[in-house]
Amino acid sequence: MAMMEFVTTRKDELIGWVRKFSIFPYPFVTACCGMEFMSVASTLYDTDRFGAALPRFTPRQSDLLMVVGTITHKEAPVIKKVYDQMAEPKWVMAFGACATSGGFYRNYSVVQGIDKVIPVDIYIPGCPPRPEMVIDAIMKLQDKIAGERHPILPFEEQNPAKT
Amino acid sequence: MVYEKLKSELTGQYQRAWDSFGMLVLDVSLEQLLPLVNRLKDDFSFDLLLDITAVDYPERELRFDLVYHLFSSESRKRIRLKLCIAEDESQVPTVTRLYGSANYLEREVHEMYGVRFADNDDLRPILLYEGFEGHPLRKDYPMDLEQPLVDYRK
Repeated sequence: MAMMEFVTTRKDELIGWVRKFSIFPYPFVTACCGMEFMSVASTLYDTDRFGAALPRFTPRQSDLLMVVGTITHKEAPVIKKVYDQMAEPKWVMAFGACATSGGFYRNYSVVQGIDKVIPVDIYIPGCPPRPEMVIDAIMKLQDKIAGERHPILPFEEQNPAKT
Repeated sequence: MVYEKLKSELTGQYQRAWDSFGMLVLDVSLEQLLPLVNRLKDDFSFDLLLDITAVDYPERELRFDLVYHLFSSESRKRIRLKLCIAEDESQVPTVTRLYGSANYLEREVHEMYGVRFADNDDLRPILLYEGFEGHPLRKDYPMDLEQPLVDYRK
């Protein structure tokens, strides 16, 4: 049994592989895309297959902020605060046309894409997007997580003091 | 029955009256509004105020149309009242004394169109946020003017 007693791998690859299968989403559902989110999260399409099923209803315990629906200017401070409350590492998914670009709302009240307020890792177009598109986005995000660098840093370096 | 009575009693007293898909529509003036609503509520049992809204016609001297919809749950009939008001008109009478729901509707008309209602002292915005300038449903509000609350990312 001398053969398989150790494996060699890159640290980033190992951590990325671990992290990509334990995405804890925080669904920030504001609009009709929420129906599609329920569909994709439940048994028929089932994001649990990708390790991204258990929603945490506090941003402090989640890795993936799913912005599902229209974000208005009145709501923008809320989503900024939610994003700031999430612990590193964190990713953001813009779910649907409204979160991506404002969708068909071009008026006084709607933020023209949440990337004006918080950084976004993956965009899903569609009004609302098909569940297959969401699953595709989750898989692409997993690829992205797996390919990222995952530095193990002291807390102070991971969270530089805001100037 | 009720509709015929309503029609025969009310048509002729107002500037213009016509029938729109089985609903009586009346053009009323500013002074006629409150007595008419009072009468509709008492004599014709219009017990539900469905909506107050406004229409903006920037080219007109009397810039806004205020539109009231009332419903009678007894006869299941609707009635629509329209009145023209100028932009700086601040004497539109409030109907909150007659219908409690008018408070929210008048607040909404106030924040979206800038119409002021006399005697309604609670005209805080409902949907708009503190610091929002202008009235977004007016035709002269720029279509893409945004008033963000947080700083945009660079």
